[in-house]
Amino acid sequence: MSEISLPESAKHTGHAGHPKKDVHGIKMGMWLFLMTELLLFSGMFLLYSAYRYFYTKEFHEAAMYTHTLFGTVNTMVLLTSSLTMALSITALERGKKWLSVTFLSSTIALGLGFLVIKYVEWSTEIHEGIYPGSPMLFKHPRGFELFFAMYYLMTGLHGLHVLVGCGLLTVMLIFIIKGKITQEDSVRLEAAGLYWHLIDIIWIFLFPLFYLVN
Amino acid sequence: MADIALPPQDISVVEGSYLENIGKHKGLAAWLLSTDHKRIGIMYTVMLFSFFSVGVLLGILLRLEMISPGGKLFGPEVYNALFTLHGVIMIFLFVIPGIPVTLGNFFLPLQIGAKDVAFPRLNLFSFYLYVIGSAVILTALFVNGLPDTGWTFYVPYSLRTTTGVTVAVFGVFIVGFSSILTGINFLTTIHRLRAPGMTWFKMPLFVWALYATSWVQIIATPVLAITLLLIIISRVFGIGIFNAAAGGDPVLYQHLFWIYSHPAVYIMILPPMGIVSEIIATFTRRTIFGYKAIAMSSLAIAFIGYLVWGHHMFVAGMSQQADMVFSFLTFIVAIPSGIKVFNWVASMYKGSIDPQPPFLFVMAFMVLFSIGGLSGLVLGSLATDVHLTATYFVVAHFHYIIFGGGVFIFFGALHYWLPKMFGRMYDKKIASWDLLVMFIGFNLLYFPMFIMGYEGMPRRYFTYLPQFETLQHISIAGSWILVAGLIVMFVNLIHGAIKGPRVGPNPWGGTTLEWKTASPPIHENFEEEPVVIHEPYYHEEAFTS
Repeated sequence: MSEISLPESAKHTGHAGHPKKDVHGIKMGMWLFLMTELLLFSGMFLLYSAYRYFYTKEFHEAAMYTHTLFGTVNTMVLLTSSLTMALSITALERGKKWLSVTFLSSTIALGLGFLVIKYVEWSTEIHEGIYPGSPMLFKHPRGFELFFAMYYLMTGLHGLHVLVGCGLLTVMLIFIIKGKITQEDSVRLEAAGLYWHLIDIIWIFLFPLFYLVN
Repeated sequence: MADIALPPQDISVVEGSYLENIGKHKGLAAWLLSTDHKRIGIMYTVMLFSFFSVGVLLGILLRLEMISPGGKLFGPEVYNALFTLHGVIMIFLFVIPGIPVTLGNFFLPLQIGAKDVAFPRLNLFSFYLYVIGSAVILTALFVNGLPDTGWTFYVPYSLRTTTGVTVAVFGVFIVGFSSILTGINFLTTIHRLRAPGMTWFKMPLFVWALYATSWVQIIATPVLAITLLLIIISRVFGIGIFNAAAGGDPVLYQHLFWIYSHPAVYIMILPPMGIVSEIIATFTRRTIFGYKAIAMSSLAIAFIGYLVWGHHMFVAGMSQQADMVFSFLTFIVAIPSGIKVFNWVASMYKGSIDPQPPFLFVMAFMVLFSIGGLSGLVLGSLATDVHLTATYFVVAHFHYIIFGGGVFIFFGALHYWLPKMFGRMYDKKIASWDLLVMFIGFNLLYFPMFIMGYEGMPRRYFTYLPQFETLQHISIAGSWILVAGLIVMFVNLIHGAIKGPRVGPNPWGGTTLEWKTASPPIHENFEEEPVVIHEPYYHEEAFTS
């Protein structure tokens, strides 16, 4: 999935008259890819909306069982990582290679931090007996089970994207250190940055839907 | 009838064609690792038609089960597996990737005067995703028994059956990603790599069709991907997202499935429509009538196609208002298809028609597609649909559209472009007579299904009432005639590609850019970057003589 941001070298693309990399084309490809990612999640948002409509009261009550503290901390972690991502790109464009590397490393660290917090959160919940098919949820009205099914599915899929994003950014980090991504040729880092911001945006929607609507 | 003589052609051997290996790899590796869009197109073609052959074989067996009432040949379990595999292979591995990945890959860069697609390595990666996905689907045959849900994987049965549904669904998921990436690649290519002078309204109509198709691919496929993922997760972890017992709603699965799978029908039919325009313009020696209307109707179909998914669910318990809206929109979507058909017919009027095999395929398409399209309106009307839904009538309808419409044009396109792809010609006489055989076989095979469906024969049943015996037998006879025709066609094409007489760059008198380079094309397509001056179907010879 990440291959889109690792485009072909200049000699294969474009016309004979334009030996340079088609920066515009690469960005366009990335935007189209981000659109498909949004649509991937849109299917689940659709399901969430439908079930929320069927079980309004139950969803409302079930949301009280999620840990708002974990969610809030994670939101801050991810927002900060988006900031460092943007700073990393700006630093590279101004020719400050090692500053860019520092910011990019922080982004990856924050991304991994997000996953660790998510892991602790899930563990706590499973320990409390909140997981699909659990006896504890069985005692509640039907909507509870669906709420948590959607919760695990959507945050799980999002977490998977964070993981993929971290891998992608690590590749970018190596490229910058090795000098394959430079001030003049930074389009791949920019494309990876777009992907990272998308992950952030999706979380911005997940957070209120699962933590704040109680 | 061909009263306009084409200029004599240079048929000497082409130096540096894409069929010669360059680079460090030799033999098979030079193909498997090539990022040349032409080689990738050929590899896809080989894969797709291998799966097509398997699908045809399964289809023949399905028909054969109907040799006598009572289903003594295979019995219900095997029959369920047969129609599931026939559907999964034909839909997900053949018609959906279909023309875009094969001929689209080969001819899109040629038609817009580019050297390759925008992301050649991504293109090869998509090919391998397709290979891996199809391998996973075929693995499903050997894990826990054959899947028996039908190609739609409807819940709740797909959650309950113990057969290898999880693996098959995962394979379809991977193939879906291949499709998404190809769509992104083509869109970027069309936006960024058109030759100088090729404005949007100077693009060949096949390119327009691929453009519309690519949008459908990237907008619709992710929804299918997530839906299939939900099936997998539900099966593996027992999450009751579509399980009514846990408060879930199985009908929501149908919604999500058809939100993708109805637009997917347009992924199947839009590229063939583009090719019809190409073939008609070439063999009538005329510019296409209503160029802009045809181009825009492709986009209109792609857009409206999103809004009609509900017509697959008229009997699934939607509200009556929803039923009526979806029925209305279904009638609306027939309009752009009608625009195309009328424009094609108008293009032939006063044309100098040269009935070569590709053109004859288009004629067959016109008949079959019209029957298929009009029978679709019968199904789109609420009152008639209640009677006809889930009968042979539906089976006949979509085979007329997809096989008679789409795949016949796929064949026609192979006949049209094979001389360009290999620089050699097949036996035209055999091709033309063979088309007649296939046409007869096709109608014998599927037309009786309209009648049986109307009389109440349900689809997906391994047995039937004795009153249908005659019609079932006609249909079985048709299937054998059709297969005989298919075999002759493939032998003729393959023989032509390898041993046929050489042809020059432009054996048909085509006007689009692919005919302005050598046959077979050279490695980076054109000696010099072409510059486009005229609209795509400008016949110089016709106007000067």
